Amino acid sequence: MADQNGSSGDDLEHSISAEGLSKSFHGFQAVDGVSFQVRKGEFFGILGPNGAGKTTTIRMLTGVLKPDQGRILIDGIDLRRDALAAKQRMGVIPEVGTVYTDLSARENLELFGMYYGLSKPVRQERATQMLKDLELHDRADDLVKTFSKGMKQRISIGCAMVHDPSVLFLDEPTEGLDVQSRKLILDRVRAMNAAGCTVVITTHNIEEASRLCQRVCIINKGQVVTVDSPEHLKSTFEQTRSVEVAFEGQVSCRDLPTSCMLRVEESGDKMRIFTSDPDRTIEEIMRLRDERGLRILSLSTLGPSLEDVFLKLTEAKR
Amino acid sequence: MNLRLAVRGALVTARKDIRIYYRKAPVYIFGLVLPLFLFFAFFVGRDLDLQRYFPGFLAMTIFFTSSSVGPLIIPWEKQAGNFERLLTLPVTVPMIVLGDTLAGTLFGTLISLIILGVGSLFLPLSIGLSSMLGLAALFFLGNLCFAALGVLISSPAGRVPSNVMMLSTLVRFPLIFISGIFTPLVELEGSARTLGMLSPLSYLSDGLNGVMGQETLVPIWAGMLVMAAFTVVFLVAASLVLERKAMKGL
Repeated sequence: MADQNGSSGDDLEHSISAEGLSKSFHGFQAVDGVSFQVRKGEFFGILGPNGAGKTTTIRMLTGVLKPDQGRILIDGIDLRRDALAAKQRMGVIPEVGTVYTDLSARENLELFGMYYGLSKPVRQERATQMLKDLELHDRADDLVKTFSKGMKQRISIGCAMVHDPSVLFLDEPTEGLDVQSRKLILDRVRAMNAAGCTVVITTHNIEEASRLCQRVCIINKGQVVTVDSPEHLKSTFEQTRSVEVAFEGQVSCRDLPTSCMLRVEESGDKMRIFTSDPDRTIEEIMRLRDERGLRILSLSTLGPSLEDVFLKLTEAKR
Repeated sequence: MNLRLAVRGALVTARKDIRIYYRKAPVYIFGLVLPLFLFFAFFVGRDLDLQRYFPGFLAMTIFFTSSSVGPLIIPWEKQAGNFERLLTLPVTVPMIVLGDTLAGTLFGTLISLIILGVGSLFLPLSIGLSSMLGLAALFFLGNLCFAALGVLISSPAGRVPSNVMMLSTLVRFPLIFISGIFTPLVELEGSARTLGMLSPLSYLSDGLNGVMGQETLVPIWAGMLVMAAFTVVFLVAASLVLERKAMKGL
């Protein structure tokens, strides 16, 4: 049964419901029939190669772009019909997550608080708390133009969280940041998620997505390739298991046995052998060691990484 | 649309513009220094009755100051990456247009009140009580109308402010010369008068002439109605263009 907003009971169980989103620019189909749903409190990732349509999808979900076709519900509210009420529930850090550099850190937080309709005492209190949480309280009244990139991004995150949103969108939030800022930001986002906030993240860092996300949506050429949990995706690609070995001294990948290898990647002093039969591959490596009198420094078997799955899925669509 | 959220969005946008952009040098260069230079270029060395031409100068100041902030805000925000973020906040494009217009209106009103105050120190301006109300209405409508024009000029813009300033100059300067600033509208004839009637600035300068006791071409209230109509057209056009061009330069 649909309510006055056109949303059904099923929609209300989801924070985000994207149905058949399409968007083209001057004849180029950037997004083509993208559909997925994000459950309340879920940590959800959107992955894809450059130009896949991730940013266009996020821009439609956050109300920056109007889809040519399709429908978006945020907490059951139709974004097209009541954009203000839907946006009120979101916190967004765009790809270029900038804040106003001519304002101080505190002024930025309070300005965003004003946009979200927080009363003066509440936004002052939230700004003070946010500055403490983001370890910027000692720079609260300095202009943001004097901040480092990591500090600016911390304030940007703070501005998206100041009104305690129920849905948080992050577009490449840790791109190009130092380790401390990256950790601080991810800790804050995790804490928000633990408190019940739904988080949608796009990132190029697939391992980061694998660690953070409960489910990921892989987009390629404007279409959804798959939506699944990282672990389930990995388990469906067991043929991409691999053996990683490091020898003391010079060993070329040409020296390795080829009978059970799918491919070999050299990385520093290690070689990663992709195989459908790790047991036989290890036997072959041992035989090579014995024949050539080599010494093995490290040997490990690896399951497929999310990156392998990502490459496999996106290559298949090329 | 939720009216309370919409009004809040417009007011917060205006407040943000005032806090950030009123301190920027180009706003003062294009909004205050330029009309002053034009005034001096026209009057210095000529034996003209300053009191007669003061309403025209006041209209020119309102025109330049109120339309100086608007063209710069959107390209500056696109350049800095703030504009996309603004679109994700609980505010719609028409509310952004209205907020930017309100900021320009306040800036123009403030500066033109200062010019009026300074002018009244040196010139024997006689404005009656009823004319004061007319003056206040003309100040508000004039500033609102030209602030909306400024935002309309910036609405198709990308992220390069200099491109917008070129367009702004192309639009604003011809208007100065056809709108009865340097020659009152009542003294214009034929096609010059017809051309002047197409400019909203003509109705402001004509109205200011009226409230300062000089001859007018159209009744003051009629001029106000025309300016109000121009304001609505500018606001609607700016919203429609910005909706289409919001992503330009992002």
